[in-house]
Amino acid sequence: MSVTAALAERPPPRARGWPRSRVIGYAMVGFWILFGLGIVAYLIFAWNADFFAKYAPAYLKGLQTTLLLVCISMVLGAILSVPVAYGRMSSNRILSGLAYCYVYFFRGTPLLVQTYLVYYGLGSFRAELQTVGLWDFFKDAFNCGVFAFALNTAAYQAEILRGAIESVPRGQWEGAASLGLHKLQTLRKIILPQALIVALRPYGNELILMVKASAIVAIITVYDLMGQAKLAFANSFDIQAYIWVALVYLVMVEILRHGVEWIERRITIHLKR
Amino acid sequence: MPSQNIWILLSWGPDGWIDDIAYGALVTIALALATLPIGLTIGFFVAWAKQSEEPSLRLAANIYTTVFRGLPELVTLFLFFFGVPILLQHLVRYFRPDATIDVNSFVAGMIVLSLIFSSYASEVFLSAFRAIPKGQYEGGYAIGLSNWLTMRKVILPQLLRIAFPGLENCWLSLLKDTSLVSVVGLAETLRNAYTAARVTKHAFLFYGVAALVFLGLAVVSSFATSAILRSLGKREAQR
Amino acid sequence: MRIALRIALAASAALLTLGVAQAQETTLRIGTEGAYPPFNNLTSDGQLVGFDIDIAKALCDEMKVKCTFVAQDWDGIIPALQAGKFDAIVASMSITPERQEKVDFSHKYYNTPSALAVPKDSTLKGVTKEDLAGKTIGVATTTTHFNYASKTYTDSTVKGYPSSPEEQADLANGRLDAIEDDIVVLQQFLDSPDGACCKILGQPSPQPVEIFGPGAGIAVRKGETDLVNKLNSAIDAIRANGKYKEINDKYFKFDVFGAES
Repeated sequence: MSVTAALAERPPPRARGWPRSRVIGYAMVGFWILFGLGIVAYLIFAWNADFFAKYAPAYLKGLQTTLLLVCISMVLGAILSVPVAYGRMSSNRILSGLAYCYVYFFRGTPLLVQTYLVYYGLGSFRAELQTVGLWDFFKDAFNCGVFAFALNTAAYQAEILRGAIESVPRGQWEGAASLGLHKLQTLRKIILPQALIVALRPYGNELILMVKASAIVAIITVYDLMGQAKLAFANSFDIQAYIWVALVYLVMVEILRHGVEWIERRITIHLKR
Repeated sequence: MPSQNIWILLSWGPDGWIDDIAYGALVTIALALATLPIGLTIGFFVAWAKQSEEPSLRLAANIYTTVFRGLPELVTLFLFFFGVPILLQHLVRYFRPDATIDVNSFVAGMIVLSLIFSSYASEVFLSAFRAIPKGQYEGGYAIGLSNWLTMRKVILPQLLRIAFPGLENCWLSLLKDTSLVSVVGLAETLRNAYTAARVTKHAFLFYGVAALVFLGLAVVSSFATSAILRSLGKREAQR
Repeated sequence: MRIALRIALAASAALLTLGVAQAQETTLRIGTEGAYPPFNNLTSDGQLVGFDIDIAKALCDEMKVKCTFVAQDWDGIIPALQAGKFDAIVASMSITPERQEKVDFSHKYYNTPSALAVPKDSTLKGVTKEDLAGKTIGVATTTTHFNYASKTYTDSTVKGYPSSPEEQADLANGRLDAIEDDIVVLQQFLDSPDGACCKILGQPSPQPVEIFGPGAGIAVRKGETDLVNKLNSAIDAIRANGKYKEINDKYFKFDVFGAES
C-alpha cells in the first residue's frame, strides 16, 4: 500500500520546484549518501590486507556460531512457548498465574541480565548442579547462552502465539464444535492455520530481534560474530573491526526482513482482492 | 561458595553494595528519562517524513529506520562510543591541534538509545498517522491553519493518544536497553551489580538484585502508564 | 507541545556542551581498570585501590600535579586513552611492540612473571604445549598472557575473558582446566577464600620479551614526549627516595620492580 494514497491531498496542488519539504528531503538524502560514501571511503582508505586475511576467517566462524545460536534458541523457545501460551490462556488460576509470572519476568528484565544470571550466576552453584548432573551442560558458555536465549524468546513467542490464537474469532471454535471436531482437532485444523498467518510477522520480528540480541553472548566468552569483532578490535584498535561487523548484521537483518515479507505476501495471496 | 555474610553484602554503607546498586538504579532512570524526549521528538519527525508526499524525505527516513533497527544495539553503541570520538578528534584537530574530545558514556548512551528508540517509536507514530482520517487535515486547512499548525493543534494531540500503547512498549524496551550501556562503563544498575559480583564473587545474588531492580522499574512504569491512560481517557470523555 | 519542544531544545543544548566539552584541565586524568587485584581494584564504596593507584598517586605528588582516576574496562582502555577520556594509563600495562604502535610508554615501574594456576586436584604436570594439549585455558583478553597463550598453547582451547576475576571464578567452578595470569595476581587469588580450590602449576619458560615486554609501564597518547619524560624522572625519583619501597612493602613481600634496566 502506498503511503501517499492513504493520506490527504493538501489543498495547494502538489508543488513543483522546491518546496521546503523537498529541500529538507534532498538535504537528508544527501547526508545519507555522504555518510555512506564516507564509510566506503574509510574502508578503502583503511583497507588492510593483513587485517582481512587475519580476521575474515574468524568472522566467518563467528557468523556460524551466531546463526547456530539463534536457530537452536528459536526452536527450543518455540517448543517451550507452547506450554507457556497454554498456561496463559488456561482458566486455572494457578497455571495462568505461573505463566504470567514467567512471561513478566523474562519480558521485564534485560536479556543481558538474564544471560549474566545464567552464566556467572549459575557458575556459583556448581556443587548443587553437579549433584543433579546438570553441570556438564552449564559448563559451556555456548550452552548457557542458548539456555538464557531460549527461556527469553519462549516468553515472547508465547505471547505471540497467544495473541494469534485469540485473534481467531470465537465463531470458528463454535463452528468446528458444531461439526463435531474435538478441541485438539479444531486447534490443529482450523485455528492454527489462521493464527499462523497473523503470527508470521511477529515471529519474523522476534527472529530479527534474536539475531540482534545474540551479540550479547560475546560478553560471556562465546566467540560469535560480535565476539570476533571485539577480539579483532581489541587486538588492532581498528574501528573497521566494528564497521565490518555492523555491515554483516545489517545485511543479515535485511535479508530476514525481506524474506518474511515475501513469505507473508505468498501465504496471504488468497486474502487479496 | 564464598563465606561472607549475605546480609552485610546487601547492606547500605561502606561494606554493603545496595547503596551502589540503588545509585545505579538512579542512573538507569536518569538515562531513560533523558533519552525519552529526544527519542520521541526524533521519532515523531521521522514518522512525519515517512508519510510525507516528498519521496526524498520518505527515502531518508526509511534509511534511518533501516539502519538503526537493523544494527544490534550493542554494535551501534560500540561504533558510537569508540568511533565518534576519533572522528570528532580528526575534525577538531584542524582547528585546535591539541584539543581532545571526551564523549562520556552517559552522553554516548543517551545518543545511541535515542537513535534506537526513535526508530522504533517512528513506526508506532507512523501507524498512528495512518489511523487519523484525512478529514482531520482538511478540517484544519479549511479553517485556515497552516501545515505546521494543523499538525500541532489538530493532529498531534490525537496522534499521541493513538500512539500511547505502542510508545509504552518502546519505553519498556528502552528501560531494558539502558543495561547495555553498562558494557561501555556507565555506572548504572547492571554495571554496579557486575562490579559487586566481581569483587565479592556472589554473582547470582547481585545479578538477581539487578533483575529485581529492572522488574521493579517495569512494574512502576506500568502503573504510571495506566494512570496516564486513565487520565487521557477521562479527558476524552469530557469532550 | 511548547514545553516538550523546550525540553528537547534544552536537552540538545546540554548534550552539545557535554559532548564537545574540551578537556584541557591542569589535572592529570589517569585511567585504570579496577579489576586486577592487588594492582588495581574497586571497593564497595566505589574507590579505586591497589599498587597501581598508590604508585600513580606518588608519581603525581612527585610531578606536583593533581590527579583524578577513571575506571575503564580493559579491552577499551587504549581507545579510551586515544579518545581523550584520560591522559595516562596506570593499569599494569606491559610495554609491548604492538601497543607501542598505538601509544607511548614510560619506563617500566614493575615487572613480574606470568604463571599458570590449576585446580588442586589437577593431573597436569607441566606448563608446556604438550602438557596442556586438549585442555581449556582461561585468560583475560588483550593481555600479554592472552597473546602468549594463544601463540603457545595451539592445541588447547584458549578462552578470552573480559577481566581476571571472571577467569578466576570459572577456574574455581571448574569451567576451566587452567588460567594464565600475572603470578602476583594469581597468588592474591589463591590466598583468598575463593582461591582455596587451586594452586600454581608453574611459570612458562622462557617468557619471550617480544611478547611480555620488559615490564609494566605508563601509557600516554603518542607524541606526548614531555609527559613521558616527566613520568620517567618521577619513577626514578620515587625509586630513589624510598617511596616506591614503602608502597611495594605495603603489598608484596618481595621487590616487584625486577631487574634494574
